Amino acid sequence: MTKLALVWCAVFALTFSVRADQPTVRLEPTNLQGPRVLNEQTQAAVVRDYLQAWQSARAALEQNRPDLLNRDFVGTAKDKLADTIHDQVTMGISTRYLDQSHDLQIIFYSPEGLSVQLVDNVEYEVQVADHDKTQATQKMHARYVVVMTPAEVRWRVRVFQAGPE
Amino acid sequence: MRFRLPFLVGGLAFAAMPLAQAQSASMNVPKQVEAGSAFSIPTTGSGKATLYIIGFGQVLRQEVQLGEAASFASGVLHNAGHYLVVLAGASATDNGTLDVIPSSRVANLSFLAKPSRLPVSLHNGISGAAYIFDAYQNLIPTPTSVSFELSVSSGVTQTRTAMTSEGRAWTQMDSAAKEGAAHFTAHAGDISSTRIIQQVPGDPCGLKMSARPSGQKIELTTDPLRDCSGNAVPDGTVVTFTEAHDGSQTTVDVPLKRGIAQAELPAYNGAKISAATGVVLGNEIRWGKQP
Repeated sequence: MTKLALVWCAVFALTFSVRADQPTVRLEPTNLQGPRVLNEQTQAAVVRDYLQAWQSARAALEQNRPDLLNRDFVGTAKDKLADTIHDQVTMGISTRYLDQSHDLQIIFYSPEGLSVQLVDNVEYEVQVADHDKTQATQKMHARYVVVMTPAEVRWRVRVFQAGPE
Repeated sequence: MRFRLPFLVGGLAFAAMPLAQAQSASMNVPKQVEAGSAFSIPTTGSGKATLYIIGFGQVLRQEVQLGEAASFASGVLHNAGHYLVVLAGASATDNGTLDVIPSSRVANLSFLAKPSRLPVSLHNGISGAAYIFDAYQNLIPTPTSVSFELSVSSGVTQTRTAMTSEGRAWTQMDSAAKEGAAHFTAHAGDISSTRIIQQVPGDPCGLKMSARPSGQKIELTTDPLRDCSGNAVPDGTVVTFTEAHDGSQTTVDVPLKRGIAQAELPAYNGAKISAATGVVLGNEIRWGKQP
């Protein structure tokens, strides 16, 4: 439990240094289905990189810049977000996502060590602007299922999918 | 004049009615739709409005006539996710949410397998994880049966079946006793994905050498090296011959050629000769008579 708190604090401190309006992060005890043990450093890295991916997605969609996805997203997740940004540019739309709280749990570490799956109950705010005119601001909550795979120096989001809570 | 005031009030109220209707523009958003299916969002009110469907996965915009339904053809909204739906009229907006859920029909399978090469007869040495997706690359959360199969050309096929949880299933299998390429396949529905796993001989099970005189030297030859399952250890595996005599030591490293290693060492009476490869020690030979 102490170790878990330390991991949480490390993640919390990291995100705090990046954003003033940082979200609250709650890390549930891991409930791994699989034979591979997830050590503390790996767990901390996964959570850190996932939260940073939210920041990247937020900036990319707000500024309509798909290049901002490159560090944290790969594969299907990156393609879909990039397509969304392309559509936003075509329509003159921008969206601002402000994640307010994350309730995270790592649920799977594949036996060959090539993927991690987590679920995240997220509360966030979405603001929609059409040609710079704000059309709506809405609080949302959703359950995200995320698959991350290791790259050279970090974990990248490969599947990023919200579903019914 | 007595009759004109009610008429005037009534007329004003009638004139204000379209404005009131436009201000009360609303919609009836379905709670969820399947990815890629056609759907519609009925609206109420009068006048024109813009309907937005906003999410990480997609952004849609459609001009709508209030009082009519906004229709979306099949394939238009195809990325699973939680969407914000906004109906923005001239002077009023209505918001809702919509979940787009994946189809349960498997169309793609992502299969991660490891390692690509391993020794024979290794318990749980081969592992794999499969993620299942629909035709739009949405992860399918519905529990689905995935079967894993490890087959070798001249051996028993191992099969395991697992149900997916949150779109993934995994397994572990033993490598076969006989060397060679194995096909490691994951099946879900009509979709399958195969990885080739090269199973190579394990460490030598034993090492035996023999010696014979060759002029002023000793010719050393090993028996063919095999692992504990009888597979020939690959050429190139290094065997180290060591000769100890009179406080000095001579060492020769020789790679296997055609399954055996050969070396020549000086012939000293009383020399102690040994051979080793990896962690396996072979027999020891004492040459000639003690000095």
